[in-house]
Amino acid sequence: MSVTSKTATKTTAPGRGDPTPERGLPHGGRRREFTTRRGLQIAAFMAPAAVFVAVFTYYPVIAGGQMAFRNWKLTDLTDTSWVGLKNFRDVFADPAWSTVLGNSAIWVFGSIVPQLVIGFALALWLRRRFRFRGLYQALIFFPWAISGFLIGILFRWLFNSEFGVVNDLLQKAGLIDEPIAWLADPKTAMVAVLIANIWYGVTFFAIMILAALQSIPDELYEAAALDGAGKARTLFQITIPYIRTTLALTVLLRVIWIFNFPDLIFGMTGGGPNNETHIVTTWMIKITQQGDYGRASALGLLVVAALLVFAVFFLMATREKKGVRS
Amino acid sequence: MIGKESTAGRAVKFTFLGVWLLFTVFPLYWITVTSLKAPGDIFRFPLAYWPERFSLENYSGLFGTADFGTYLTNSLIVSTVAGATATAISMLSAYVLARFEFRTKSALLMAALVTQMIPSFIALGPLYLLMTDLRLVDNRLGLILVYVAVCIPFCTVMLRGFFENIPDALEEAAMIDGLSRFAALFRVLLPVMRPGIIAAFIFNFVNCWNELFLSVTLMNSDSNKTVPTALNGFISSFNIDWGSMSAAAVLTILPTMFLFAFASRHIVQGLTSGAVKG
Repeated sequence: MSVTSKTATKTTAPGRGDPTPERGLPHGGRRREFTTRRGLQIAAFMAPAAVFVAVFTYYPVIAGGQMAFRNWKLTDLTDTSWVGLKNFRDVFADPAWSTVLGNSAIWVFGSIVPQLVIGFALALWLRRRFRFRGLYQALIFFPWAISGFLIGILFRWLFNSEFGVVNDLLQKAGLIDEPIAWLADPKTAMVAVLIANIWYGVTFFAIMILAALQSIPDELYEAAALDGAGKARTLFQITIPYIRTTLALTVLLRVIWIFNFPDLIFGMTGGGPNNETHIVTTWMIKITQQGDYGRASALGLLVVAALLVFAVFFLMATREKKGVRS
Repeated sequence: MIGKESTAGRAVKFTFLGVWLLFTVFPLYWITVTSLKAPGDIFRFPLAYWPERFSLENYSGLFGTADFGTYLTNSLIVSTVAGATATAISMLSAYVLARFEFRTKSALLMAALVTQMIPSFIALGPLYLLMTDLRLVDNRLGLILVYVAVCIPFCTVMLRGFFENIPDALEEAAMIDGLSRFAALFRVLLPVMRPGIIAAFIFNFVNCWNELFLSVTLMNSDSNKTVPTALNGFISSFNIDWGSMSAAAVLTILPTMFLFAFASRHIVQGLTSGAVKG
C-alpha cells in the first residue's frame, strides 16, 4: 500500500458525522483518486450481502409480486394471462375478508398492548439489582428461543379440551365446572392464541425497555426526588418521556412482526375453527395451499403496502430521536 | 438509583415477578413432563403433574420409527453454516453502513427494513422455480443459501449498532500504523466486536433453526428434512401423537435454549444496540 493512499484513507476515515464531505469541494486529482477508491471499497464490502439479498429475496419477491396481476392457479397452469386488478378485487370480495381483517386487528392490538404493559412492568422491576436477577432474566428469556410454530403446538397441547392442563388447573381452582373446548369455540380460540403470543412476546419488550431505562442518568431521578415528585409523577414526567422514542420504535417494529407472523396461529389452530382465527398472513397461506398463487400474491402485496405505512412512522420516530438526544 | 422501596412495594414486585416466572416456565415444564410419561399415561385422569413412571419410550420412538436423528443433524448443519456465513457477510456490510457516508446508504437501510415486511409466502413459488433451475431443490446447500439471504438484513442492522458503539479512533490508529482498512477491520475491530459477533451468530442460528415455511417448500425427501419440517409432518395428520410430539418439541427447543441461556447478556446488548439505533 502506497503512502498516498494511506493518508488518503486516513482523511476520509471519519465518515460519520460529516455527510458527503467530497461534494462541494474542488475535485483535485488526488481527491478524485481516493474517492473512486472509497467507492470501490464500499462496493466491495456491500457486494456479498447485496448479491444474496437481491438473488434470494428481492428477485423471488418481485417475481411473486407480478403473479398478483396474472391468472396464476395451480389448477389451471395453461392460462397465466394478465388479469389486471382482478386478484385484488377477489381478495376484497371474499366473504371471509372482513373476518380476517378484524382478526388481524385483534391479533395485533390484543398482543401488543399486554406485551407492552407487562414488558414495561418487568423492565421497571428488573432495573434494580436483586439476588438471582441474572438467572431470572435468563429464564424469562426462553420463549424467545422457540419457533412460533412450535409455540403454537405447545399451547395447542396446553389448551387441549380433553387432556389439556389449562382446563385441569381451572377446574381445580373451582373457576369452571366443565372442561372448555378452547380451540373449538371462535371466541376462546382467539383468546388462546393471544395468550400464546403474549407469552412469546413480552420478553422482547422487557429487554428493549430495560436497555432504554439503563440509559437514563441517575441525576434526573435525584433531582426529581429533591423536588418531591412521587412515583407516578416520576414515571410519567421523567421515565416515559426519556425513553419515548425507544418505546415508539419497539411498538412499531413489533407491529410489523406480529402482523406478519402466521407461524404461531398456523401451528395452534391452523386458522380454525371455521376461519375464526385466520389473520391476513395465515389466510394467504390458505389461499396458497388452494393453489391460487395470483390471489395470494395480491394479498402479499397488500401486506407489504400496509406495513410500509408503519415503516414511515418508524423512520419518523428514529429521526426525532436523533434531534432530541444528540 | 430511584428512591427507597417500601415493604408493600417489594411484595407487589416480587409477587409479579414470581407469577410471570411461573407463567413463562410452566408450559415448558408441562411439555417436558408429558414427553417423559409412558404413552398410555398421557391420556389418563387425573392428570399427573409429576410422572408416576418415567419413560423414555416417546424419545426412543422418535429415533426408531421416525428418523429424528437425521432431521436434527440436517438442522444443525444448515443452521450452523448459514448462521456463520450470514454473520461474516453482514459484518462487512454493517461495517460500511456504520463507518461511511454515501448517497445510497439510506436506500440500502430501507431495503433491509422492507425485507422484514415481506410475507415469505409471496416468494415461495418463484424461489422454488429458481432453485429448480439451479438444481438446488431438496439440497441442504440450497436451503443454506436462502437462509443466508434471510438472515443478512437484520444481522447487518444489529452488527451496525455494535460497530457504532466502537470509537472510530481505534481502526484509524491501526491504519496510521500502516494496516489496510480490511486488515484493520480483522485484526483490530473484530476482537473488540467478539460479543456482538457471538450474539449475531446465535441469533442467526436460532432463526434458521426455527424457520418453517421455506424448509417445507424446499426440502421434500425424508433424508433432507429439517426439524420444523418434520414437526409439521407430525401435525398434518389428523390425530396428533402427543407423546412423540412432546418429545420432539423438547429435543427441538433444548439446543436453542442452551444457546440463549449461554449468551443472553450478549443478545440483550446486540438487540438493543442494533434495533434502537437502526
